[in-house]
Amino acid sequence: MLNITGHKYIFLTISGVLVLASFSAIAIWGFKPGIDFTGGSLLEVEFKEQRPEVSEIRKTLKDLDLGNIIIQPTGEKGEILRFKHIDENTHQGILKALPGASEKRFDTIGPTIGKELRQRSVLALVLASLAIVLYIAFAFRKISKLVSSWKYGITAIIALLHDVLIPTGVFSALGHFRGVEVDTLFITALLTILGFSVHDTIVVFDRIRENLRKLKIPEPYEVTVNRSVNDTIARSINTSLTVLLVLLAVMILGGETTKYFVLALILGIIFGTYSSIFVASPLLVIWNNLTKRV
Amino acid sequence: MINLHEQKKSLRPQTARLWAAVFLLLGVLLGTFDAPQYWNFLMDKASVRSGVPIFSYLKFRGPILFPYRLGLDIQGGAHLVYQADLSNVSTPDYADSMDAVRDVIERRVNLFGVSEPVVQVEKSHPVFLGEARPEGAAGSDWRLIVELAGVKDISAAIRLIGDTPYLEFKEERLEQERNEILEEQKKTGEFREDPYFMPTPLTGRHLKRANLDFDQTTFQPQISLELTEEGAKIFAELTKKNVGKQLAIYLDGAPISAPVVREEITEGRAQITGNFTPQSAKEFVGRLNAGALPVPIRLIAQQTVQPSLGQESLLRSLNAGIIGFLAVAIFMIFWYRLPGILAVLALLFYITIVLAIFKLIPVTLTAAGIAGFILSVGMAVDANVLIFERLKEELRAGKILSEAIQEGFGRAWTSIRDSNASSLITSAILYWLGTSVVQGFALTLGIGILVSMFSAISVTRTLLIAMLARRFEKTRFLFINGISR
Repeated sequence: MLNITGHKYIFLTISGVLVLASFSAIAIWGFKPGIDFTGGSLLEVEFKEQRPEVSEIRKTLKDLDLGNIIIQPTGEKGEILRFKHIDENTHQGILKALPGASEKRFDTIGPTIGKELRQRSVLALVLASLAIVLYIAFAFRKISKLVSSWKYGITAIIALLHDVLIPTGVFSALGHFRGVEVDTLFITALLTILGFSVHDTIVVFDRIRENLRKLKIPEPYEVTVNRSVNDTIARSINTSLTVLLVLLAVMILGGETTKYFVLALILGIIFGTYSSIFVASPLLVIWNNLTKRV
Repeated sequence: MINLHEQKKSLRPQTARLWAAVFLLLGVLLGTFDAPQYWNFLMDKASVRSGVPIFSYLKFRGPILFPYRLGLDIQGGAHLVYQADLSNVSTPDYADSMDAVRDVIERRVNLFGVSEPVVQVEKSHPVFLGEARPEGAAGSDWRLIVELAGVKDISAAIRLIGDTPYLEFKEERLEQERNEILEEQKKTGEFREDPYFMPTPLTGRHLKRANLDFDQTTFQPQISLELTEEGAKIFAELTKKNVGKQLAIYLDGAPISAPVVREEITEGRAQITGNFTPQSAKEFVGRLNAGALPVPIRLIAQQTVQPSLGQESLLRSLNAGIIGFLAVAIFMIFWYRLPGILAVLALLFYITIVLAIFKLIPVTLTAAGIAGFILSVGMAVDANVLIFERLKEELRAGKILSEAIQEGFGRAWTSIRDSNASSLITSAILYWLGTSVVQGFALTLGIGILVSMFSAISVTRTLLIAMLARRFEKTRFLFINGISR
């Protein structure tokens, strides 16, 4: 039997460090928001012959008043151009100016929609977290006299924050170093992680509940929790493993548009599993210790 | 909800085997429904081999084929968002005006031969958390969403939609007003309002029909407008008020004619003469009839994907899905042995059910949606894993196989229910708050989770019980995994 609650301070420190690092990353580097959130245009083209130099492309498009154009190569013959929000005439103008290029996709989003999406996303994250706290509190309301049901809900949320913050930190770093963007799909990934990570945590809590109920001789809370975690560890790891296998396949073999989306999911699931085993339960124990009447 | 704790009447292995056979049959049927092209292929082969032509008549054709509904990012197509300017419309009329715009655009869009175009009115929900409402926000929160899946020439489509003419009637301003505005313009150098004419309530909404006539004497082309009942009333008022003055007719913001009103016109007909060539007059009439836009619209967002990119995306997603499934299957069999095989079978059945549901509802499959489905396949295994772990525990605790199975399911159910509930809650929130891409993901994930809960409880359990037999008692090792702890 692995002693998890015994080493709780070690595990919590590791998590703490990661969370702090992510927090700093976000504070220092921020995010690279996609056009979903800022508005703007994205044009992906593929050249039939030789891909022209970036400077050449810029020169050709100079007269169209596109402002600052960011050009990124993609695949072997493609380029992705990003610039400000334009109208359809300008769009056609660009395509005419680049005769050797065929359009693969084109998005242009006005600023109002961008702002709306940002706000909706924040709202969604807040609502989802609230809904989950309420659900856990409700599901575990009759658990025991030792630790009230609210504590389970709140502990789960702390574990969740951990699960959501670390991938976000990773994406902040990716945005800074690799120009990876944060768009509505990323928010979707975060929300999915919320759902899934709680899934995991609940299985552990459920076990704790069951073991508490089955106690014939009273034993320290910490021991019960440790035993419960050990009972469920195989299941947590196996489930996450199957989901990870599937997601890895999608990330490696799947289309470009979903690649980073799936990466976010993968990170979320890895840390979600970690937090269910090594963070949520130790936190419960510590909380219990703090509020115990001596 | 099934409460397995209370179930005294337990499933007997014989009955379970019957059910298993049913599941197998159902699975094959659903599988054929999901992918009829394989059946058709088989039928072709059969008719060629045996020389009996009857087989080729047994193929799926036409609507029975029930194609999957594919999202824009897979089929290719355009997603357009137009903002409507309702500043000239009074508040209670907003919804009606938007519906009228929707109808006009839909008529236009149907000309492209796009299967199932989507034209929807959307009221945006600006959540201005603590920020001041931006200028002009009032009357401009209504949007029109146009989705054209599989359209060939996207820019032509946009042009055609955007070209829907906007008809206005304007009357002369009072001299004082005119001078004020001219003064203003001289001062600021800005051209904001037309100093000569001001808008009236009469617009394209009130146009019933436009006709092209030729004047009998001069043979000049004329456009005659027939107004609706309401329009005729407003027109009568306007003409009565403005006898001797000009009434300007604007099309898409530019004046095309400004005849002097001679008398009050009550029949709701107007004639526009001007410098039209027969060609341009014909064009105007055509555009006016195809639908004069009651309200001006502006394209504020556009997302287009070419079909080639979409195809690529689809193929890669499918590939990924298959490989992912194989990986999971191998893992399950290796780790859980016999129950693992059963779980894989249950999983296959699960996949056929979900795909059938996707076809029937139908659910629009986007790239993210397919990712959601694949994710749910991974999660579907979870319920089975929970059950098997319990099973192992019960076996280790010394129970006989049949009891272990019953106990295992009972205990696992509460876990399954509670843990999936949270994923379902987030799916619901995602669906409610998301754009169409996100909604696709939320829907596939949600459906996937629901079906997986069902399939784990019923199908896996049935298959496990079906495996119960005296002889299997001896081979318990098949149920305990390969690496003992």
